Amino acid sequence: MTKSAAFRTPLTGWTAWPALAFLAVCWPFTTYAAGAEWELERANNDVADIASLQRGARNFVNYCMGCHSAKYVRYNRLASDLELSQDQLVSNLMFAAGRPDETMRIAMPEADALRWFGTAPPDLTLIARSKGTDYLYGFLRSFYLDDSKPTGVNNRVLSGTSMPHVLWELQGLQRAIFEEMEREDGVREQQFVGFGTVTPGTMSADEFDGFVRDTVNFLEYTGSPEQLDSRRIGVWVIVFLLVFLILAYLLKNEYWKDVR
Amino acid sequence: MSSVRVDAVGGRGAQLLRWIDARFPWSKLIKEHASEYYAGKNFNVWYVFGVLAAVVLVIQLLTGIFLTMNYKPSALEAFASVEYIMRDVEWGWLIRYMHSTGASAFFIVVYLHMFRAMLYGSYKNPRELLWLIGMCIYLALMAEAFLGYLLPWGQMSYWGAQVIVSLFGALPGIGETLVEWIRGDYFISDITLNRFFALHVIAVPLALVMLVVLHIMALHETGSNNPDGIEIKEQKDENGIPIDGVAFHPYYTTKDLVAIIIFLILFAGVVFFAPEMGGYFLEHANFEPANALKTPEHIAPIWYFTPFYAILRAVPNKLGGVLLMGSAVALLFFLPWLDRCKVKSIRYRGWTYKLALGVFAVSFVVLGILGTLPAVSLYTNLARIFTALYFAFFLLMPFYTSRERTKPVPDRLVYRG
Repeated sequence: MTKSAAFRTPLTGWTAWPALAFLAVCWPFTTYAAGAEWELERANNDVADIASLQRGARNFVNYCMGCHSAKYVRYNRLASDLELSQDQLVSNLMFAAGRPDETMRIAMPEADALRWFGTAPPDLTLIARSKGTDYLYGFLRSFYLDDSKPTGVNNRVLSGTSMPHVLWELQGLQRAIFEEMEREDGVREQQFVGFGTVTPGTMSADEFDGFVRDTVNFLEYTGSPEQLDSRRIGVWVIVFLLVFLILAYLLKNEYWKDVR
Repeated sequence: MSSVRVDAVGGRGAQLLRWIDARFPWSKLIKEHASEYYAGKNFNVWYVFGVLAAVVLVIQLLTGIFLTMNYKPSALEAFASVEYIMRDVEWGWLIRYMHSTGASAFFIVVYLHMFRAMLYGSYKNPRELLWLIGMCIYLALMAEAFLGYLLPWGQMSYWGAQVIVSLFGALPGIGETLVEWIRGDYFISDITLNRFFALHVIAVPLALVMLVVLHIMALHETGSNNPDGIEIKEQKDENGIPIDGVAFHPYYTTKDLVAIIIFLILFAGVVFFAPEMGGYFLEHANFEPANALKTPEHIAPIWYFTPFYAILRAVPNKLGGVLLMGSAVALLFFLPWLDRCKVKSIRYRGWTYKLALGVFAVSFVVLGILGTLPAVSLYTNLARIFTALYFAFFLLMPFYTSRERTKPVPDRLVYRG
């Protein structure tokens, strides 16, 4: 959501009322948007799509786990939730662990990571819960060339990130296009208008979006694996309560007949 | 000599009951508090939130016990132990989500319960003590929620506690010493977490349960108020039973059961389908482990504290803000004496109180919304306006209630069956 100029001007008294009404309407949508500079595209991932989660797990193990752990995720739990056999688990996902009951840890010591990157790559188990899937979907697709950075790239969603563009072979390299535009208050400034391809990658733009969507979907799963069960169980709990409600209502009416 | 002992009359059950009653006032308790406790027969939906608060208290106590079995109150292990509960403990996710949803549900039902008292004058003579005990429950509940919020040891746990505890530092003279005494350290640390855990699982719940018992004892002494604000005890039949009253059991037990099930359906809807409630019941930033070196961009308390947080931020001076926030809660204690109107129920009160109560409710909600938002100048100015309205409701009350033009109150309850 873009911040309108009116929000920067102090308003008092009765002039505040229309703004307040607007505020009340927008309020439920403001929390996630607060951090981003421009509107994030929706990730539109679906945690119930097991095939997508399997591809996401493969992507995560191959491209993310060099630096990032998911230390609360246990391999054998992952296998059963993603409907994978023990063999499939061991040969496709378990490059960094010896036993299926281990969690997704990595070998890189935090002290080294700190020296190499300036900040240790965070554990990603809960990243989708703290940042949101739209944020991750935007972040992974928004690296652009920037010679002033040690990694050679910068990011539109998280400016100045110390993460290199790990997926550059797949996405290719892109530059950010800025154009000089006039703001509402008359000041001219450089505004981001979009990305331009510099070097094409091995994937088309659609394929790459799908790749990122699967990966983000997997991270939503690692953040709250219980949601695969909870929705199914929740339906039955509510069905039971509805039946109970009918009986309780009839019982109440039976007693209250006398009062009327 | 009679060969049949009185004790032997009736079946096994009756015999057992007589045995118990000779030693403990069981039947007497049931009669006094259920089967012969009479309440007005015209209770509307506003009257279910008391029993719902009791239901939530039980949910919190039971889920809390099971969480305590698996949680580790240590700065090194707390965050990981919550994830262990969520992933490795059988039904751990359900227990934890019930507890986290229960915290918000507690405040929802308690706020509605308190608003009911304001609608129908339930704090007025002879129920002033009932109201004061209720306010003590509210204070204990706020303490319980604040202490519990540190336990997951996420970023918001840590920085929220940091902000709230440091408020005591604004007190002149003793401030800094007091803050150190509360934390037990120079910053929020493992020591703080340990003592907050002790207070959250033992001290405050114990106080809460005892206060709830006192609240119910006081209620059953005066009798329940009702939407007409009429004392049903003043109109009794030849047996001494209030004409407009019905026995709590079975009438209100069966009616409350319906309310409890409706509540549980909504509760299950949150627990199973939206436990984060868009970041309002479980804040997004709290899924990052506490980091003493990294302050989050935007520290917001959980929704049930945001009205008071907005009042705090509305004042440029820290001590002034703390005092104003404190008085925003403290004024509620004085409600029975600030309100000079003899008529209890809003049904028969004048337009001044209706308007004032409406302004108060709107102010509370708007302050709550503003408290979740960043403190930019528009929001701060709005917060100042609504803070002024919030306080005006209380401070002007003796004036606008003493000359209120009320409607005549009927002798009997209005009941449409």
